[in-house]
Amino acid sequence: MSFQRLSSSSAASVLLSAICAAALVGCGSSVKLDDKAPPVENRTATPVDTTTPAQSQVTSVDLTKGPADTTGADRIVYFDFDSYTVRDDARRVIDLNAKVLAGNRAKRMAAEGHTDERGGREYNLALGQKRAEAVVRALVVSGAAENQLEAVSFGKERPAATGSDEAAYAKNRRVELANR
Amino acid sequence: MPRTFSASQFRFSFIQGLLLALVIWALALPVAHAQFRVEMSGVGASQVPIAIARFRDEDRYGQTLSAIVRADLERSGLFRGVDASEVLDEISRPAMAQWRARAADALVVGSVARLADGRFDVRFKLWDVVKDAELGGQSTLVAQADLRLAAHRIADYVHEKLTGQKGVFSTRIAYVTRAGRNFTLRIADADGEGGQVALNSAEPIISPAWSPDGRELAYVSFESQKAVIYVQDVVSGKRRVLANFKGTNSAPAWAPDGQTLAVTLSRDGGSQLYLIGRSGDNVRRLTQSMGIDTEPVFSPDGQFVYFVSDRGGSPQIYRTSVSGGGAERITFAGSYNISPAISPDGRTLAYIARQGNAFRLYTQELSGGAPQLLSDTSDDESPSFAPNGRLIIYASRAQGRDVLMTTTLDGKIRARLVSTNVDVREPVWGPFGR
Repeated sequence: MSFQRLSSSSAASVLLSAICAAALVGCGSSVKLDDKAPPVENRTATPVDTTTPAQSQVTSVDLTKGPADTTGADRIVYFDFDSYTVRDDARRVIDLNAKVLAGNRAKRMAAEGHTDERGGREYNLALGQKRAEAVVRALVVSGAAENQLEAVSFGKERPAATGSDEAAYAKNRRVELANR
Repeated sequence: MPRTFSASQFRFSFIQGLLLALVIWALALPVAHAQFRVEMSGVGASQVPIAIARFRDEDRYGQTLSAIVRADLERSGLFRGVDASEVLDEISRPAMAQWRARAADALVVGSVARLADGRFDVRFKLWDVVKDAELGGQSTLVAQADLRLAAHRIADYVHEKLTGQKGVFSTRIAYVTRAGRNFTLRIADADGEGGQVALNSAEPIISPAWSPDGRELAYVSFESQKAVIYVQDVVSGKRRVLANFKGTNSAPAWAPDGQTLAVTLSRDGGSQLYLIGRSGDNVRRLTQSMGIDTEPVFSPDGQFVYFVSDRGGSPQIYRTSVSGGGAERITFAGSYNISPAISPDGRTLAYIARQGNAFRLYTQELSGGAPQLLSDTSDDESPSFAPNGRLIIYASRAQGRDVLMTTTLDGKIRARLVSTNVDVREPVWGPFGR
C-alpha cells in the first residue's frame, strides 16, 4: 500500500508540492507570532558522524534519474518500541536520502511518522511526529537542508501491516520518506 | 444511574436485579449502506411506565412519530413503553381508568397535519394518568424532513417534564466511519438514525469537534498527505482551512464562546498547544514544554484548558489557565492517561487509561476522588459527554469492529452502535439545539 503511494505520479507530486508551498507561504505571511523562538528538542537525536568517508565517494549520483532510483525499502526507517531514536541500522537510508537532497537543493521530501495501533489517535499522532522530527534532524546532520524537509505524522491511521502482534507493530513503527 | 424523579406523583414500578438485553432495536440508516443496531444491556431500576398512543394521521407522511418517541424514551433507561395501538390526538379525552388498568403512569397523544404551505403541524399532549391531569403540550410547525426531529423534541419534552432533566434525543452526534480506504465523516441523530455524510475522503479523518452553536465541525483531514485542521459549515458544506502550518496540525477544541480554538501544532518543533481564532487568525502559543502536549479541551467556563502531556515522563492529564502560566497535573494513577473530556457542569473528567494492554474509559471527580471504571471493554477511545451530562459516548471494539458505545455516568446502562460492515469511530456529541 505504502509503496504504491510512494511511487505516485510526478504530476501528483508536483501538484502536492505546489499546494504545500502555497500553504506554507500563505501561513507564514498571514500569522502574527507573539511567542519566542521555540525550544528545539535534541535529546532524542542520535549523534551522527558527518565525517563518514563513504559520503564523498558517491558524489556521482545521477540526478537526472530523479528519486525513482530508490526503492521503497530505501525510504523507510524503523523504530524500536516506545523509542524515537534513529537506530544505527537506519544509517544507509539516512545517508542515501541526505545525499539525494544535498545533490538537488530544489528537491523536497516529507518524513512521515507512523506508530503501531496501540493507544489514542491524537497521542499517537504526536508520537509519530516525534519520530519524523528525529529523522529530519538526522537527514539535516547528514547534509540535507532544513527547508527541503517537512516532518509530518499519520499516527496510527495508516498502518503498513495489519494485525495485532509484535511482527505487525514492528513494521508500523516507522518513518517513510515521501517526495513532495 | 440516578433514579430521582421530580414528578413524584408518579407510581414507579421497581424492577430489581439484572435485566440483560433490555432492549434491542434493529435500525436502518438510510444514507449509509451500513446497518446499525443499538444493543443495550444493564441494570434496570425504576422506570416510568408510559404509553405513547398513535398520533392522528402520523402514518401518512413517512415517519411514525409515536414509535420514535417511544424508542427514545426507552433507550434512556428511565422509561418503559406500555403498548398502545389506539389513535388518540391532543383534543381526545382519554379514558384514564382504562390506561390505569394497563399500568401506564403517563400517556402521550398527538396529531400530524399537513398545512397548505407544505409544512407540518405536529401537536401533542402529555397526560398524568394517575391524577387524570394534563401536564402540558405543544404545537410546532416543521418541514417534512424535520418530522423525526419533531418526534425527538416531543421525547425531550416528556423526559424533562417527568425526570426534571433535559433530554438529548434531539441532539446530534458526529463520527467517522472507515470501509477499506474510504473514510466518511457523518452526522446522525442521537439515536444513530438519519445519518448524513458531511465529508467523504480516501484519507483518514480524525478528531471532529462541534462548534458550541452546533453549526460547524472542526476536524483533522489527511487529504493533503499531512494532518490539516478544517472547519466545515454543517448546513452548507462550505469548509475552510483553520490551520495548515508546517508539520502536523491536529486536535481542535472549541472555546465555549466559539471564537477561539485550542489546537496542537508542530510548526515550531514538537507537538505543542496553541490558541487560534475561528478564522485561523491570531495564533498564540499556549504551552512551552520539552515533551508532547496535545488533546486540549476547554473547561465549560472557558478559563482552563485540560490537555495531555508527557512532560513528567508518561502521558498524563494536566490543566493550564488560558491566560498562560504553569500547568497543574490532574491524573496520577497509572502510567498512561489520555483523551480528556469535561462534563458540561465542569465537575467530572472522563478519560482513557491504559492498564496492561487494555485501554479503558474512566471518570474522576475534579474536586478529588478516585478514578471510576465505566467500561467492560478493552479498546476504548475518544470519550465525549452528552450536553445534559447524563451520558458519555465513546469508541471501542467489539466482534472485530470499531463500534460506538454510550454509557450512563455510573456505567450501569450501556448502548452499542454496531455496524456490520464498517468501522465506526471518533464520536463526538453535539450541543443542545440545531
